[in-house]
Amino acid sequence: MPAVQETVERVRAIDVDQYKYGFVTDIESEKAPKGLSEDTVRYISARKNEPEWMLEWRLDAYRRWLTMEEPTWARVSYPKIDFQDYYYYSAPKAAPKSIDEIDPEILKTYEKLGIPLRERDALLGIQREGGSKVAVDAVFDSVSVATTFKEELAKAGVIFMPISEAIREHPELVKKYLGSVVPVSDNFYATLNSAVFSDGSFVYVPKGVRCPMELSTYFRINERNTGQFERTLIIADEGAYVSYLEGCTAPQRDENQLHAAVVELVAMKDAEIKYSTVQNWYPGDKDGKGGIYNFVTKRGDCRGDNSKISWTQVETGSAITWKYPSCILRGDNSQGEFYSIAISNGHQQVDSGTKMIHLGKNTSSRIISKGIAAGHSDNTYRGLVSAHRKATGARNFTNCDSLLIGDLCGAHTVPYMEAKNASAQFEHEATTSKISEDQLFYCLQRGLSQEEAVALIVNGFVRDVLQQLPMEFAVEAQKLIAVSLEGSVG
Amino acid sequence: MLEIRNLHARIGENEILKGLDLTIPDGEVHAIMGPNGSGKSTLSYVLSGKPDYEVTDGSVSFDGADLLALDADARAAAGVFLAFQYPIEIPGVANMTFLRAAMNAQRKARGEEEISTPDFLKLVRAKAPDLGISQDMLRRGVNVGFSGGEKKRNEILQMALLEPKLCILDETDSGLDIDALKVVAHGVNALRSPKRSMLVITHYQRLLDHIVPDVVHVMHKGRIVRSGGKELALELEESGYAAYAQDAA
Ligand SMILES: Nc1ncnc2c1ncn2[C@@H]1O[C@H](COP(=O)(O)OP(=O)(O)OP(=O)(O)O)[C@@H](O)[C@H]1O
Ligand SMILES: [Mg+2]
Repeated sequence: MPAVQETVERVRAIDVDQYKYGFVTDIESEKAPKGLSEDTVRYISARKNEPEWMLEWRLDAYRRWLTMEEPTWARVSYPKIDFQDYYYYSAPKAAPKSIDEIDPEILKTYEKLGIPLRERDALLGIQREGGSKVAVDAVFDSVSVATTFKEELAKAGVIFMPISEAIREHPELVKKYLGSVVPVSDNFYATLNSAVFSDGSFVYVPKGVRCPMELSTYFRINERNTGQFERTLIIADEGAYVSYLEGCTAPQRDENQLHAAVVELVAMKDAEIKYSTVQNWYPGDKDGKGGIYNFVTKRGDCRGDNSKISWTQVETGSAITWKYPSCILRGDNSQGEFYSIAISNGHQQVDSGTKMIHLGKNTSSRIISKGIAAGHSDNTYRGLVSAHRKATGARNFTNCDSLLIGDLCGAHTVPYMEAKNASAQFEHEATTSKISEDQLFYCLQRGLSQEEAVALIVNGFVRDVLQQLPMEFAVEAQKLIAVSLEGSVG
Repeated sequence: MLEIRNLHARIGENEILKGLDLTIPDGEVHAIMGPNGSGKSTLSYVLSGKPDYEVTDGSVSFDGADLLALDADARAAAGVFLAFQYPIEIPGVANMTFLRAAMNAQRKARGEEEISTPDFLKLVRAKAPDLGISQDMLRRGVNVGFSGGEKKRNEILQMALLEPKLCILDETDSGLDIDALKVVAHGVNALRSPKRSMLVITHYQRLLDHIVPDVVHVMHKGRIVRSGGKELALELEESGYAAYAQDAA
């Protein structure tokens, strides 16, 4: 967001002729010194013109982080991360000047996904020098689109803006809710994020308001550069409804290997939040080199009675995924849902799942997880369902299916269940299957290629979850699944 | 035209086809009958390119091309269609989606345009009712929860849409009630054409009353041991395969 916003402002401030010489070099110069220290935290906070309280909040997080250990319980392995070897504020990144500088593999994927040229350039962050028109148009386009949305949202009273802006414009809301779902000291990566978060979205839907649109298209155009430490906070006040869509089906070019996002959702009485993600970060090359490490903390708090939070995710990218979107079912009769498709291919490692913490009476949760492992990858579902002593009548249904493609990959299911009261009803189903030779041959006999056949069968396998995605997104996700599994057989 | 010469094929250590010869000229319908385990389904798999079946000797040419050199999907695009003895279920993939994916894959392989959505729907609407295939069956997962007879009719629908040049029907009549048998036979007969060859595998003369073959072959222990006109099927119905078992012994 800041990159685009800034670009827009700069472009506005100068006329277009000057622009083509002007801003590329300017933009490249914004970088904090390498490494992490109190100074880095202060630098980030200053860059964002943050109020004092925010700086203190970050510094507090940083100090706690220093005392914490990197977790090792997940089924993933990677070389030890040297946290002093990263830039913690480098947005916007140095932009490639032409398409020739982009990995041809990524370009091929774009073609297959049918991403329009202009959007593609924007996603890749290409700034064209001589023919800078493309970037400018793309930018201007997104501005006009964004403005239309903003007006409509404002009419409904919905606040939707970068969190950096919300910190300045709505400090009372941010202070009240930030860290209230994922506390500063929650876990190593969340604490790191709290110290150095770069930007993200802030959404507040007031009492009784049904957000008039999916908060998706806007995001898609504007938030491609949120950077490595994204922080998102979404609040649905009493009786409100919002559907939020994160990500984009195109693989994103990013030099930052380490990503640690935090997303907090708060649903008050009778409110509902639907959060959908498609994650397709760079998974690394065919030997597993250079991919993104994605350590995410996502948690929703069903704070009021009869509230509902629903997570839907399609995970296909990243070298390492460590991610457990969870629900705290605090309000009586509140509901939590987790629908997940996690695909791993090549040398990817995925350890993902959810936690459903039943605290209120008659709370219910539903988990549908589809893991697909191909190539040399490892795919773990890790889930916790717990019912508190007072959570009478808690119910959970878990269905965990794994599909293996080939003999070199692994799928693992690690369910934890803790019922501290006798009336809780937990149901768990799990299956592991392989794509059968008979199914493949049947498809081939009808003329489908190996790859088409695998994609078709896998799309059938994940259908229950795909159906949870907004229509337009589901279609894109389907294509993405096919692209992610290329080269997985034969 | 399909020409099979001295075909030997095995699965694992078992040789199942042991020097099979068969020629089906364009436009002809040939039936193969033979006892359980004689290798009829194996022949259909070897022709359509199922992995795990290893051809150790002999040749198969189809319209002059070496069929054995092609992958299964390329054979399909070249016009080989197998109506399976046991059609496979693909959960979560709508029958319609599958049909369309198959049509487009074959078109693509032949360098043709994809079929448009309206054209595709028109085509399906024209062909499905004749085979007693309901909208519901088109929406459901491929063969998922279909009755035995519905699966077989679905195979013929695929055949009708894909318009192959060589149709291999492996016991398409088994599991069909009398009315369904007529429906299927009608569907198959509608596809008979001077440019299309058919290989109909069956155990029962009854099917051949409806799909009248030009030639009937008897297969035994991996070879064609006798060929004749349609009256051969009647004779087999009377006397069974005992005579061939003795020959072979
Ligand atoms: N995967 C396999 N491994 C080992 N043997 C096999 C395999 N598949 C088939 N066979 C054997 O090959 C022989 C021929 O089988 P095939 O299915 O071709 O017979 P068929 O003529 O179609 O019989 P039916 O009339 O019962 O359908 C049988 O003895 C069978 O057991
Ligand atoms: Mg058979």
